Amino acid sequence: MNNIKKNRLLDQVFKYWGIACTFLGLVLLAIFIGSILVDGIQRIDWDFITSLPSRKAERAGIYTALMGSVWILFFTTIIALPLGIAAAIYLEEYAKESKMASLLEVNISNLAGVPSIIYGLLGLEVFVRIMEMGASVLAGSFTLALLILPIVIVSTREALKAVPKSVRDASFALGASKWQTVSRQLLPASFGGILTGIILALSRAVGETAPLIVIGALAYVPFAPESPMDEFSVLPIQIFNWISRPQHGFEVNAAAAIIILLLITFILNGIAVYFRNRWQSKLK
Amino acid sequence: MRKIKERVIEKGLQASALVTIAVTVGIILVLSIEAIRFFSEVSIIDFLTDTQWTPLYTDKHFGILPLLSGTLLTSFIAIIFAVPVGLSISIYISEYAPRSFRKTIKPALELLAAVPTVVYGFFALTVVTPFLQSFIPGLSGFNSLSAGLVMGIMIIPFISSLSEDALHAVPNSLREAAYGMGSTKLQNSFRVLVPAASSGIIVSIILAISRAIGETMIVAIAAGQQPRLTFDPTVPVETITAYIVQVSLGDVQHGSLEYRTIFAAGITLFIFTFLLNTISYRIRKKFREKYE
Repeated sequence: MNNIKKNRLLDQVFKYWGIACTFLGLVLLAIFIGSILVDGIQRIDWDFITSLPSRKAERAGIYTALMGSVWILFFTTIIALPLGIAAAIYLEEYAKESKMASLLEVNISNLAGVPSIIYGLLGLEVFVRIMEMGASVLAGSFTLALLILPIVIVSTREALKAVPKSVRDASFALGASKWQTVSRQLLPASFGGILTGIILALSRAVGETAPLIVIGALAYVPFAPESPMDEFSVLPIQIFNWISRPQHGFEVNAAAAIIILLLITFILNGIAVYFRNRWQSKLK
Repeated sequence: MRKIKERVIEKGLQASALVTIAVTVGIILVLSIEAIRFFSEVSIIDFLTDTQWTPLYTDKHFGILPLLSGTLLTSFIAIIFAVPVGLSISIYISEYAPRSFRKTIKPALELLAAVPTVVYGFFALTVVTPFLQSFIPGLSGFNSLSAGLVMGIMIIPFISSLSEDALHAVPNSLREAAYGMGSTKLQNSFRVLVPAASSGIIVSIILAISRAIGETMIVAIAAGQQPRLTFDPTVPVETITAYIVQVSLGDVQHGSLEYRTIFAAGITLFIFTFLLNTISYRIRKKFREKYE
């Protein structure tokens, strides 16, 4: 076999190797989801979603954890959203190229790489202890809001960047001030992109477990939260708790709760992709 | 009037941006203050050289090495698995696959990173470990091999996506020159494009390492809670992150020495990831200049 033939053969081999690698992760994920469906799907019914936690696996439900997740998501959004969008507008439209902007940029890129459990330690000292919120919904929401802040800022900046410069020039030429340009032209034009980033950030927040365990969120909470100062559990912590128990019944519960959590995550991701595609085709 | 309003708005936006600085300062302050209190009771030499970590027992030892070895071992397994796979994916998508395939497969791969980590932990414990036990006799129910492999699956998209962007950004003239010399796609990929995109690829790998070191739930569920200084992938270990979770789940008094151990462990973790992130940021800055 001469050199050319050998090289062509290697080329073909690598092509199939590449295809195999590309699908390896997805196939493993599919196997896993399949096995979880087999384990957990028959456990899911209305009772499972509306029952309180219990020591008996077959009577336990996810109601308090699910409601905890909803509360946490709601407050995380209203804290992180205005902060993140405002910070991104400042960086992209006001402070461009300044010394402060480059410092902020390094800082945000670093924050995005800080492990989530470290945010838990921050939340434990600052929100739970110093600000005396206790292990409440509010303390958990502040912690997660800081965690997703870099994601919201980065995606909002990308969305603002995608708005053509001609829009800004046209607005200024008509005598609009900076803020008028931002609020009436740039924000509406980048709305789709900002929304995509926020939904992706929320899908990250809904699956976060470690920082909430660190601030002291409980696995067993007898009632759903009724105010932001109440104790709470969330779906991933409930799953973690059930995984740690030896009885088989709880493993089935964990599988069933995972189906619900994955459903929420995938729906959020699906919505984000949908908005991104729609927005991108609109920009063009 | 309008000018004042504009100034107020700008200051408000600036304040929001400065919150991110406050977060960084807050993290560093919180970790250092508690860690300094910890090191006033435990000598830093013991912390760095003792080979046992038993703060929750009566015979207390505070050597970080066992937690560090657990963290490095699980991360190493994840990286060894994810780098070849992720890099192959990026080359395949960038150089071999049709353009339309790229658009559908990238979001699909990113789904791997979107799955909550507690779910991956369950996968490692209930599917991967029993599967590995079927042909690795003596594999413990909790082990770093299974946790590391599953973590590897999770970080594949970090490597494949960023590396693919880097390969994609290599100017077409380089490709055309290599093809003009009669090279195959494979030769072109490994001898021209990968070296040309090397800084971007290195950044993706560093970020993946940083992600693996800070990962918590997979290792807390599947790798065990037994700190030990070993590089044997078949036995239970404990990572820094898993230890913090273990203490947080128990009843540890605020202000006690046990409570402070999680901050001492936390600052160790923070220093590692901070260094990795800073290196990757530096490389990325340089890389951007190269092509623009």
